[in-house]
Amino acid sequence: MSGAYFQRDRDWHPPALTPGYKTSVLRSPRQALLSMPTTPSEETGPVFGHDVLGPLDNDLIRNFAKDGEAIGQRIVVYGRVLDENARPVAGALVEFWQANAGGRYRHKKESYLATLDPNFGGCGRAITDAEGRYSFRTVKPGAYPWPNGVNDWRPAHIHFSVFGHAFAQRLITQMYFEGDPMIGQCPIVKTIPDPAAIERLVAALDRNATIPMDSLAYKFDIVLRGRRSTLFENRMEGN
Amino acid sequence: MVQRLDYLKESPSQTAGPYVHIGTNPNWVEITGVWREDLGLVLVGPETVGERILVEGRIIDGSGALVRDALVEIWQADAAGLYNSPAETRGTADRAFAGWARQPVSEADGLFRFETIRPGRVPFPGGGLQAPHVTVWIVARGINLGLHTRLYFGDEAEANSVDPLLNRIPDPARRATLVAPRTERDGMPVFTFDILLQGDGETVFLDM
Repeated sequence: MSGAYFQRDRDWHPPALTPGYKTSVLRSPRQALLSMPTTPSEETGPVFGHDVLGPLDNDLIRNFAKDGEAIGQRIVVYGRVLDENARPVAGALVEFWQANAGGRYRHKKESYLATLDPNFGGCGRAITDAEGRYSFRTVKPGAYPWPNGVNDWRPAHIHFSVFGHAFAQRLITQMYFEGDPMIGQCPIVKTIPDPAAIERLVAALDRNATIPMDSLAYKFDIVLRGRRSTLFENRMEGN
Repeated sequence: MVQRLDYLKESPSQTAGPYVHIGTNPNWVEITGVWREDLGLVLVGPETVGERILVEGRIIDGSGALVRDALVEIWQADAAGLYNSPAETRGTADRAFAGWARQPVSEADGLFRFETIRPGRVPFPGGGLQAPHVTVWIVARGINLGLHTRLYFGDEAEANSVDPLLNRIPDPARRATLVAPRTERDGMPVFTFDILLQGDGETVFLDM
């Protein structure tokens, strides 16, 4: 059956302290992490049924619409949630949130001067099917300036929160868009040391999946931690 | 040359940012009508088996300031030590206890507060039992990869003294950062778990 989850590659993830992203300086632990193999507490996790979903949860163009549809470039984002063993993760809850087409978030603490879209809330969610697939429809978010350096801008991005089958797999990340010249100059993107890792967060434009005369499509696969197979091991309690 | 191992790399993490609540708790930030209720608000109902307790605390940064924009998730076993998860292989957990909750900390005072039950003990893969504990995961602006820690209970000294994880922490002062002291309020046990991100008293964070 299955054993512990693979050790997380912490040279691949951004380190806690990344002075180019200033907020991390006071919010980064400095002591060594305590490393332990996973136990049932990390090898289990909450699972959400399809009954939590409403029919428009994965349609950000319409799920906050008041008197019309959200303004902006219409896109479909689709992909699969897989684990490090390349197996699909079925039943994963995927939550996403983003700024509107002008780069403005609908949040009480947001102060960017770009205008709110009365028909755009900016949140959605989906649960993966048996092959690990999810999809949603939205508008492409705008880039926006943020207080870090005096003139730092975030590239267009969509935030993702993913629950797999185990709390050890819990992950929050961001998706960027193929061809965006602003990806490489973003202090938050640059918290990731390895350019190959950054590429994993850049969604590919997929002309074959576009909806003609309607929406462009971007493919974004997400990989969660994988789990050992207990080859030739003594079966321990809990397996 | 050598054969390829067919593993994928985990997607790298990025910060949840200042507006994580839009995606996780839209109703809390007044994005209403998209879905009726945010997930993970309630753990305990009238049918839930176990001793009612409160778990609360604050998150404090390296300058001693409260973190007021974090999101906290907890995950714990039921009163019998079973997880409400399809991955639980040891039995069937209390259906009236989800085991998972999440909460934005209060903007006013940085507080998170979960009404839950005291979890039972969970086995350790190497043998023996772990002390009762709650898995805690926090994300926020400035946190590049979600921080994972555990709350142990201040009134479980005997179980804590033989817990395999606590015993991997040689410095008693560091070990103590994972043990929430008990007080009482209106007859209910309250366990206070302040999380220090950095500096003197930095909480032990886990790589599990």
